[in-house]
Amino acid sequence: MESILELRDLVKLFPNQRAVDGISLKIPRGGFYSLLGPSGCGKTTTLRLIAGFEQPTSGEVLLDGVVVNEQKPYQRNVSTVFQNYALFPHLTAAENIAFGLKRKGQPDIERKVREALELVRLTGKELRHPAQLSGGERQRVALARSLVLQPDVLLLDEPLAALDPKLRKQMRLELKEMQRRVGITFLLVTHDQEEALSMSDQLAVMNAGAIEQVGSPQDVYLRPATRFVAGFLGAVNWIDGVGLRPEVTRISRLLPSNGARFKPATVTGSVFLGNCVHVLTRLESGEDAVAEIPRSNGAYQTGEAIHVCWNPSDEMIFP
Amino acid sequence: MKAPSGWERLRAWFLLPAWIWMAVLFAAPFAIVIVYSLLTRGAYGGLGLPWTAENYQRLFDPLYLGIVVRSFVMAGATTMICLLLGFPLALFISRAGSRKNIYLQLVILPFWTSFLVRLYAWLFLLRDTGLINTALQHLGLIHDPLPLLYNNGAVLLGLVYGYLPFMVLPVYATLERLDPALVEAAADLGAKAWPTLLHVVLPLSAPGIRAGSILVFIPALGAYLTPDLLGGGRTVLIGNLVQNQFTNARDWPFGAALSVGLMALVGMLVLSMLRQEREGLV
Repeated sequence: MESILELRDLVKLFPNQRAVDGISLKIPRGGFYSLLGPSGCGKTTTLRLIAGFEQPTSGEVLLDGVVVNEQKPYQRNVSTVFQNYALFPHLTAAENIAFGLKRKGQPDIERKVREALELVRLTGKELRHPAQLSGGERQRVALARSLVLQPDVLLLDEPLAALDPKLRKQMRLELKEMQRRVGITFLLVTHDQEEALSMSDQLAVMNAGAIEQVGSPQDVYLRPATRFVAGFLGAVNWIDGVGLRPEVTRISRLLPSNGARFKPATVTGSVFLGNCVHVLTRLESGEDAVAEIPRSNGAYQTGEAIHVCWNPSDEMIFP
Repeated sequence: MKAPSGWERLRAWFLLPAWIWMAVLFAAPFAIVIVYSLLTRGAYGGLGLPWTAENYQRLFDPLYLGIVVRSFVMAGATTMICLLLGFPLALFISRAGSRKNIYLQLVILPFWTSFLVRLYAWLFLLRDTGLINTALQHLGLIHDPLPLLYNNGAVLLGLVYGYLPFMVLPVYATLERLDPALVEAAADLGAKAWPTLLHVVLPLSAPGIRAGSILVFIPALGAYLTPDLLGGGRTVLIGNLVQNQFTNARDWPFGAALSVGLMALVGMLVLSMLRQEREGLV
């Protein structure tokens, strides 16, 4: 597949830190791509290298097949939605959206701004200043301000982090839907694995300046390439060096028969989560394991002797 | 209403010195000046009756109006030049990273010695036998000394020199608070350096520019020492006129009326700027 954005052996050194340590990536045109990793893993620096706010120590950034290392941010056809949106406080919503169009001397500014406002459903609020808009509305202005320029790639730096949790979940769907509608490549940077899993067509998991795994959400969640990826994308029970997600870990009072693997264990507690129950257990080997079971599977008493069991196909094995 | 707490009582006591200060050193002298301005000049200077508004009518004499206009032009020019010099300097300092504090200290450094001494230093530099003219003559670049002193240019130079820090510091304070992401966002949206400065940095530093302009314009309008020393008595501004009424002319009531008039003008100007600020959304 043709890639719109390519990173080749990208390295960025800061005085006391290897922020980006040799990243190579090919990001296909027209999809929703995520860079997922813990804070300080270099994902934001990578984004800034793509936008042109930072110069790489070595390596190349290619946009639509062209090396853009020497291009200034205003020359690169990418646009950033900043974490705190960075809207111009002295300009109205409409003026914020028109800013880039004016700088680039584009025609039909009024019509384009109107269409962008419609796209993000802010018609009627064009004359408000950022201070008079809610967090969600500000984010939509920031999106419109970038999308109206028709960038090759839209860079989103933790765009949902500043929103409250309920709005965040709703915006995930909206962002994904928006990406499909406009067909522009979205590159999202986030430390929230749920966010990355729910929105991305493909994602790259980063750790300590390097890429651990690239793949679809299913790939990285179900077939993590490293222990780090397994642990970062969700909870893991480690039993005899094998990883198991809590939702595939079951418990049984009887010995399982149907080819499942099992280990004797003791219930050490349980946590009621509303839609399910987490039963905490300790294996005879001393390892702890959590089983996520349906509420209807009945209650387990602390101290009860049970078996922790699982299907061999659910095992995550690492060299 | 609840009874004042101990904290509020303490606060009232802490404010007391400031109130006494304002009453004794501002309100009382100002009241005296107003009273003076409504009296008649005595036979040998001094003050006498009857009460009159004549002193205020004299303010509109073309001779004095001319001085007022000249003072406004000088103060306005001083403010503009301070802005043109001070803004780039403030911008530079705000982006100087770890050396910021050194540069700020350098801006404040002139305050370590008396303004009077510094003005005399300018005399030594600018006069016909001063450093600049002597040097240029020795280099053979000029034959006769350049008229660097005792003219409007010298006064303007002195005013700009004296008040530049009052522009740099408030402008620096707003630039320092400017979110760097806004400058990056402007570049990201296609703005080069100049458009970013014009459409983002400049509008967002308006509060600092406004404060700096007030801090420069007002003292420049009432300046007395600088035009007296560097203007050589030829460039009379309002400040010199007031001083002259209280000394040589011995016309205290008119001097007082001039002071009140100047204060009223400045007051109206500042109030209109403050209103602009409230109405603007910045």
